[in-house]
Amino acid sequence: MSAPLLDIDGIVVDFSTRAGDARVLDHVSLDVAEGEILGIVGESGCGKSMTALSIMGLVPQPPGRLTSGSIRLAGRELVGLPESELCDIRGKEIGMIFQEPMSSLNPVLTVGEQIAESVRLHEGASPRAAMARAVEMLRAVEIPEADLRAKAYPHQLSGGMRQRVMIAIALACRPRVLIADEPTTALDATVQAQIFDLLQDLQRDMGTAIVLITHDMGAVAELADRVAVMYAGRVVEKGAVGTVLSDPRHPYTRGLIACVPHLEPDPPAVRAPLLEIPGVVPALTDLGRGCAFAPRCGSRIARCDAEKPPLEAMDGGHLTACWVARA
Amino acid sequence: MTKPPDMLAPLDAAPPLAEEAPVRAMHPAREMAGMFFRNYPAVFGLVLLLAILAFTFVGPLYHPVDPFEMVWAPFSRPGEEGYLFGTDYLGRDILAAMMAGGQVSLAIGLAAAVISLVIGVTVGAFAGYYGGWVEEALMRFTEFFQVLPTLLFSMVIVALFGASLLTVTFAIGVVSWTAVARVTRSEFLRIRELEYVAAARSGSAKDGYLIFRVILPNALPPIVVQANLMVGSAILFEAALSFLGLSDPNVMSWGQVIGSNRPYILDAGFAVAIPGFAIFLTVLAISLIGDGLNDALNPKLRQR
Amino acid sequence: MSGDARNSALTVEGLKVHFGGGRGLLGARPTVHAVDGVSFSVPAGRTFGIVGESGSGKTTTALAVMRLVPLTDGRVTLGDTVVSELEGEALRAARRQFQIVFQDPYSSLDPRKRAGEIVREPLDLMRIGTRAERDAKVAELFGQVGLRPEQRALFPHQFSGGQRQRLGLARALSTEPDLIVCDEPVSALDVAIQAQILNLMARLQRELGLTYLFISHDLGVVQHICDEIAVMYLGQIVEQADRVTLFRDPQHPYTKALLAAVPSVHGARADRRARLRLKGDPPSPVNLPPGCRFASRCPVAEPRCHREAPPLVERGGHRCACWLVGSGEN
Repeated sequence: MSAPLLDIDGIVVDFSTRAGDARVLDHVSLDVAEGEILGIVGESGCGKSMTALSIMGLVPQPPGRLTSGSIRLAGRELVGLPESELCDIRGKEIGMIFQEPMSSLNPVLTVGEQIAESVRLHEGASPRAAMARAVEMLRAVEIPEADLRAKAYPHQLSGGMRQRVMIAIALACRPRVLIADEPTTALDATVQAQIFDLLQDLQRDMGTAIVLITHDMGAVAELADRVAVMYAGRVVEKGAVGTVLSDPRHPYTRGLIACVPHLEPDPPAVRAPLLEIPGVVPALTDLGRGCAFAPRCGSRIARCDAEKPPLEAMDGGHLTACWVARA
Repeated sequence: MTKPPDMLAPLDAAPPLAEEAPVRAMHPAREMAGMFFRNYPAVFGLVLLLAILAFTFVGPLYHPVDPFEMVWAPFSRPGEEGYLFGTDYLGRDILAAMMAGGQVSLAIGLAAAVISLVIGVTVGAFAGYYGGWVEEALMRFTEFFQVLPTLLFSMVIVALFGASLLTVTFAIGVVSWTAVARVTRSEFLRIRELEYVAAARSGSAKDGYLIFRVILPNALPPIVVQANLMVGSAILFEAALSFLGLSDPNVMSWGQVIGSNRPYILDAGFAVAIPGFAIFLTVLAISLIGDGLNDALNPKLRQR
Repeated sequence: MSGDARNSALTVEGLKVHFGGGRGLLGARPTVHAVDGVSFSVPAGRTFGIVGESGSGKTTTALAVMRLVPLTDGRVTLGDTVVSELEGEALRAARRQFQIVFQDPYSSLDPRKRAGEIVREPLDLMRIGTRAERDAKVAELFGQVGLRPEQRALFPHQFSGGQRQRLGLARALSTEPDLIVCDEPVSALDVAIQAQILNLMARLQRELGLTYLFISHDLGVVQHICDEIAVMYLGQIVEQADRVTLFRDPQHPYTKALLAAVPSVHGARADRRARLRLKGDPPSPVNLPPGCRFASRCPVAEPRCHREAPPLVERGGHRCACWLVGSGEN
């Protein structure tokens, strides 16, 4: 494989909170190649959104701080870049879409103006050229009557349309990486399917690398090429979607797949109770020395409480951070 | 480029309550008191208010001077001839006037604030809770009071019912409740749509319970802020009325002192500055206490 | 639909909830047909699921059954009580029999009340039992939903999302109701916590013989927990069947599209594109088309579908409202 387009290497993000210091990201390493979709899954608080903010250079500081690690985009180091240069990279090189499209759009500007603004800002295009690009982008995200819709305000569009507009803004400058943070959580199932199709088309046609952040294993299975499962600020398992989902090695990944009632085309008449992951996600302020998942883990051994397991290649063909899986 | 909508969301979600959280059960009143007294600005406000009360109510015992009596030459500077705050344009002792006037100003300020709170919260709560034509009627009523020139209207009340302390307090209360009503209504409109209100209703709560036990406690913070402001503005309002000669001329108040010495502000600024500063301190003290109470009443801030 | 009321816990007949309408300042205000003629019945001790997308009227149906929104028309019967005809004091007394669990575990608990007070509130309001009995009941309920009794002194913000939903369940259980209406009770929770709550709900149903009306947009959850499932679209039921039949043999094009839209873990990437896709978003419930409400998005619609609304026809316990079903076309 060629060198990854986006290479995140061992980033650590610390937050100082009232309850004490919390390591929100603990040596997270991820990479995405051109035209690839990487899924990041986990529960709320696992650090998946913080990973996205770190890539964008948007970790709120204080209270947060990127303590160590490096993030390289096509070989260029992003950590430590001055804000002015980061600003240039955001939107131009890396686009981002969020969960709630309504609050991410400016209600007093038409959607066309908002897309055009991004183009003007990053490419210095003339207002007319920028607006032409905006209409073109709206067409690219399959909004019908794009030239008319460009003159619409966000509140005049449906939720699915707004998310398409967000994608159009994010892609207006043809970024090389698109970060999608729970892009369909606020949308209906049939609209979600449309957005997924759209993302896949865009990735294929434009060669954009996509980082898809989600809590939905199903979405990862449908869309992503590779997946990273995060828990309490660490990547606990990562690899090709096929092997991770069909042969998960980490007890957390197994639990995450099994605890969701998956839609069966032919449901059994007798229902078994769902597998539960007992307890809740631990507070990041007191994680202890061992594996953060150990207190909730059914197959824990003595070593789990004493040492954090490293992320290592298993015979299943992907990386797993688990003492039990290694043994 | 658009900013993330809620950058701190991941942080909030980061440290959830562990399953085995320690349970600290304390008597609610003690817990609230504890929270209040850990809030140093609030304690400072309380001390300040107690000091002002002591000055106005206990002070006269140690400084028994009639505030209306001429004791010395007019406009003697503070400290001259043993007059701590000096004398006013008639040669009356300002220290005595501050003590006697404080009793009246504080009483008027608090009483007027209470009156406007009662009217404003009732009107706002009913308008916000019931909506429909009740809201229409109540809000038109509120607007009617809002567009009246407040000073003129209170002058009319005082002129009609005579310039006694009671009518002045009443007049101030009646003209200043509209802001409370608007704040209360908007809070009620927001909170009545929340699910815990529906939950209480499906627990067969009656309207009165929903209004006063469920929605009102959650609507309090902005109302308390509004009430704080009201105390100060009521004291100033009384000053304006007495400046116009519409307050009870036989009763000394801080407003009276400011009003009567105002023409001489360039020659004897202290005679206006001293009561002005007293009003400032009182409003400050009450705001700090109000903030402290607000925090102490909010369980989210109480146990962190 | 009205004959089998004997062993049904809940019967809903011809339920309509319209919002707005009447004359506003600027002429006639539009009427929102949130729920438009919905009928179903739920046998005692079973779970009836309603699925649909936003705007389908599923939540409004739940709130109407709870008598938390005004009913425009229709009849809601719970056991022997015609809930839709009760008013005032009689309605307040009847509320003991039906309770609700809300979607959002954050806004459904009064932040200024302690957990114990929240669970006790319905008992206090309905004056059920003595003070001591109520306290004992609350302690018992905490145990039942997997919370520790000493957590009664805490405030809602001190609980995690899953624990808050347990509190919501305990509150709903406090009056020992026959019916619990669950409005998306797990969709705001993390996936690992969803399983805990769903298992708890199933256990409580077994132990207490509860009847659930379960509202959700998540087909996986509905398939797991419900016995009978109705699919709603724009205020009407378009298809209804038991859980095995509905998923094995969906008939309405909307149901098929809905099932196809759910992402699957079972490596279904290859045939993604081959599946049924809907264009556009659901139309607004303000300007309803004269014919089938789904016709504008339906991939197999015929001219007739745009003219006439299809009736909800029952064939062997499987109800479906589509002209093309049963006529050999589909």
